[in-house]
Amino acid sequence: MILTDALVCIVMIAAAIVAVTIRSILSAIILVGVVSLMVAYLFLRMGAPDVAMTEAAIGAALSTVIFLIALARTRGKA
Amino acid sequence: MMGRAVTVVLLLCVAGLFWYLASAGTPAELGSVSRRYVERGLEENRGSNLVTSVVVNYRGLDTLGEVTVLFLSVTGVAFVLRRRRDDEDATKGSAADAARRSVPASELVQTGARLLLGPMILFGAYIFVHGHLTPGGGFQGGAVVASAVLLLLLADRKRALPHGLMSWLESLSGFGFVVVGLVGLGVAGSFLANRGVVPLGTWNRLFSAGLIPVIYVLVGLKVGSELAALLDVMMRGEKGGAG
Repeated sequence: MILTDALVCIVMIAAAIVAVTIRSILSAIILVGVVSLMVAYLFLRMGAPDVAMTEAAIGAALSTVIFLIALARTRGKA
Repeated sequence: MMGRAVTVVLLLCVAGLFWYLASAGTPAELGSVSRRYVERGLEENRGSNLVTSVVVNYRGLDTLGEVTVLFLSVTGVAFVLRRRRDDEDATKGSAADAARRSVPASELVQTGARLLLGPMILFGAYIFVHGHLTPGGGFQGGAVVASAVLLLLLADRKRALPHGLMSWLESLSGFGFVVVGLVGLGVAGSFLANRGVVPLGTWNRLFSAGLIPVIYVLVGLKVGSELAALLDVMMRGEKGGAG
């Protein structure tokens, strides 16, 4: 169990660092979604299922999609 | 060079602060307010999910504020995007935009959306109807319903959502939230009061916890219709002013 937690933490931190440094905005958006999903898992592990559900539904799903739509709308016009 | 050094020092300070906070761990004892909620929450609200009791009852006014913030941000997005779309119409609709608009979603997405739409909406409704019993509540359920609407929009770009229905749903649920709060103020003496307004019911049943499920259903409908409207405004904009 602790091994899974550690793995999730490593993936989360790695995704966050790559999201900041990577050039492609599309990849950065997906990576931010990955960070949210990992955070949701950690919330669940720390006994906060309510917060985990919010993070997974809003952080990982909806805000990723909103960023993607915004990217699609601004691409080629900047 | 100087700026970089300052940045690094600032980052180290922040890291140190968080290290200190994390190493302190969680406090062994609850604060006086938290203890009051934990000890009396079950008895006062009869909700199995104490988090819901805090969010909807003790801190219900904050929840009303959050829903209002969401409403204002959706209104702002709609306002800004509508104006931009008018500008675009005035200049030109590019050929690439038109081409992208006419590309239908793949068979896989369309069939998947048809299959998943019902269960997703049902699951979202389940989350906010059972907010006082199981983890989750109005915000989470509303977000799941909005994801279902998103799937619908992805599968069929030309589909128009019933805007009249959605804005009515959103306005009425917001209005209902305030009315429930005012009823509490009138009957039991405080805004969003739960005790003494309706029977609290038996612990751990669907019809229990007094007004909490009522409020959470209203919050779920409001959040769901707001997020769906937000997605719709953004997607419609992407299609280039046709809607």
